[in-house]
Order: sequence, then C-alpha cells, then structure tokens
Amino acid sequence: MGFFQELLHKSRMKSPWLIHFDCGSCNGCDIEVLACLTPVYDVERFGVLNIGNPKHADILVVSGTVNPRNAKVLKNIYDQMPEPKAVIAIGACGTSGGVFREAYNVLGGVDKVIPVDVYVPGCPSKPEAIIDGVVLALEKLKVRKPEKDTEPLVADLKKAREFYENREERQVTG
Amino acid sequence: MDFKTFSFVILAVILAPFAGGLLAGIDRRLTAWFQGRSGPPILQPFYDVIKLLGKDRQVVNYWQIFCVHIYLISSVLCVALFAMQADLLMIFFVMTIGAVFMVVGAMAVPSPYSQLGAQRELIQMLTYEPLLIIVFVGIYLVTGSFKIDDILSYERPIFLMLPLLYLVLTFALTIKLRKSPFDISTSHHAHQEVVRGVLTEYSGPYLAILEIAHWYEIVLILAICGLFWSTSWIGLVLLLALTYMAEIVIDNVTPRMTWKWMLTYVWAVGISLSFFNMALLYANSF
Ligand code: SF4
Repeated sequence: MGFFQELLHKSRMKSPWLIHFDCGSCNGCDIEVLACLTPVYDVERFGVLNIGNPKHADILVVSGTVNPRNAKVLKNIYDQMPEPKAVIAIGACGTSGGVFREAYNVLGGVDKVIPVDVYVPGCPSKPEAIIDGVVLALEKLKVRKPEKDTEPLVADLKKAREFYENREERQVTG
Repeated sequence: MDFKTFSFVILAVILAPFAGGLLAGIDRRLTAWFQGRSGPPILQPFYDVIKLLGKDRQVVNYWQIFCVHIYLISSVLCVALFAMQADLLMIFFVMTIGAVFMVVGAMAVPSPYSQLGAQRELIQMLTYEPLLIIVFVGIYLVTGSFKIDDILSYERPIFLMLPLLYLVLTFALTIKLRKSPFDISTSHHAHQEVVRGVLTEYSGPYLAILEIAHWYEIVLILAICGLFWSTSWIGLVLLLALTYMAEIVIDNVTPRMTWKWMLTYVWAVGISLSFFNMALLYANSF
C-alpha cells in the first residue's frame, strides 16, 4: 500500500491542473496568470495545465473581488471540483477586496464565499509570486482531507439524480 | 490458440498503454520544444492519469460509468485482436463500438457542452470511418486477404503499392489522435475550447480510464500503419517515426478548422487519393 500511496502523492504534486476564474478583476491579474503559460515562465514544466473545466481541475485560481452577482457562480464552480482541491486568491482584490473594498457592490475577498488556501498579494501579483502560490497549494493537494471518500457509488448516483431533478431551484441566472 | 499467440496477446495488452503514454509524453515534450519552451517530463501523462485515478469520483449518471468501461474494453480488445493477427474488418467494428459508446456517455448527460462535443465526435467518426474501410479494401486488393497474418506474410512492403492510401490512413490517424486541424471535438492543447468537448462531463477516475483507452487506440492505429512496412524492422520503425513526427509538425503549424471544412476536405482529398491509388494498382496489374 505504501508504494501506491507514495506514487499517488507524487503524481498529485506533479500534475496540478488549474482553472482560472476571473471574478471581476481589472484584468491586470488575469494577464499575469496567463503570462505564467508563456515560454518565459513555462509552467507546463511542472505539469501545470490551464484547464477550462472545473470537473477536471485541482486548483481554483481566482482573481478579483467578489460581488453578490458572481458569488453564486464562484460557489458553483468550487462545488463542481472533485476533492482533493485547493483555492488560490490572486492579487490585492482577491485576497481582501483591494482598492474596490469600499465599493457598494463589493462583498470583499474570495474568502467571503469559499475557503481559500493560499493568498498571493500584489497589484497585480507577479507571475513568480503566482507560481510560488501554486507550489504552496500543492501541499494541500497531496493528502485528501478528510482521509477517504467512503460514500458508496449508489449513494453518489442517487445524489446526482436529486441534484438534477431540482435544478430549477438552483438556477443562477434569470 | 497456441501458447505463442497467447503470450503475444498478453504482452501486447500489458505493454500498449505504456507505449501509448510514453508516446504522448514525447509528443508533449517535442511540442513544447517547437514553441521554445522546455516542456513537461516525458512521464507526465502517467502522473496525470495516476492523479486522476486518485481523485474523488463525481458521477452524473450510471450510463457514463458503463460507457467508459465499454470504451476501455473495446480498445483493449482491438489491441488483443491485432496481436492475435485476426481480421482487419473485425478490429474496425470493435473499435467503432468503443467510439460510439464514448459518444453515448457524453450524450447521456444534460450538459450542452458535452452534447455539442458528442455531436462533433460523431461527425469526426463519420469522416474517418469510410476512409479506414477504403484503406482496408486497398490492402485486400494487394494482398488478397483481410487477415493480418496473411498481410504480414506478403513478401514486399505494401507501402510501395499503396503510398497514397497510406496518406489517407494518416488522415484517420490525425483525427484519432485529436490533432490539429481535426481536433474539433476536444483538443489536447487548448484545454478550453467549448469547455472540453466530449470529455467535459467525464471527471476523475473516469477521465483516467478514457485516457488509458485512448493510448490503446493510438497504439492500434500506429500498428495498422506499421502493416504498411512489415517486411523489415528498420523500415517499420522509420516509417512510424516519420509519420508521428509529421503529425506533430502538422499539429503545430495548422489552426483548428470547422467540421464542415473537415468533412469536405478529408472526403474530397481522401477519396480522390484512394481512387487514384486503386487506378494505379489496376494499371500495374496489366
Ligand atoms: S489586484 Fe490590482 S491588478 Fe489585480 S485585479 Fe485588483 S486592481 Fe487589478
């Protein structure tokens, strides 16, 4: 068991897939996140991929402030990611609300809505800082907490069906 | 089935995913190199798959699970049939079953992204399947048999008789490998187009199973390419290496196109090339 456990932990550390969500940022931080993918920084060296699908992703990278409108979307994306997962808040806005903190429509940083594991400060954060944040988040990914998902498959399927059946109540738009 | 074939089959089934994964790793590395990056380690695809296997499952309905497993079984079966030196047409139909089940699994969920990807995957299948059949018929015209052991015992490389049909086969290879310009149902590089196409709703361990099945399929198609120069090992390796290299280069220099363009272009070029090749065959035989 030890060998497989170790292999799994190593693989988790070596292949973090990111999903980047722009939660109302000024685009400064978004450009910096994308800069990490360019040949200069080349995060694919570490197995990092920018995946556009929350169901495949391990790390949720959020930039920008949260407002009542996109809080639901943010929560929805977070809930769609399977465990083990981690959240990184990017920039002054993502960590606390930044310069928009006092605005009438702003709830504050990302941690007002979902649990955040790593805060990356800066306005905008430098690509080096973002990569550093991802490395810090890896520790969180390594071991799934709580230890193991013991739900039987049938219970999972039942939950999925109920989730689908009352989809109208959860509708975000409209 | 004697002992030799049996051990051959077991060996092929065990080694195929490793070969497929390594190939995918080399592919990613070379692509990164073309783009001026250093790229992930060669073993990266294995890390990805092991990580996915260790994630929590997030199922939408039981059809998904069923379809994923059928897809895996059919691609393993294809490789096993190839190792058994069975019938090419048989392999073709088993492969089709797997591909159809992957589409069914994507269609069984309500997500529009997954549905869209599934429809595009169907169009892709519609594009390459007639061409594969034509290639098999061409092989039959030269060797007089659909059975792989007869094809292998043919004394000259069939590539010399069917160079244009080999080109047609590489179209099918490009589509199956999900390479540009034919990566319209889901792409390996831009990980964001229409979210993730057919793969959108498969997650965690089920995505890992799909990936492993995909490795089996890559190995199978490359093995079919290998039939074209089965007389010498050097020729075989050279042909496969050149083909795969060309695939990577084409993948990097072409943009992704629409399905209409793919259908008209691949059918027009593919069918006229095969017609031309068959005509040459007949001219030679007189
Ligand atoms: S932290 Fe600065 S750069 Fe980043 S989104 Fe906020 S205002 Fe823009």
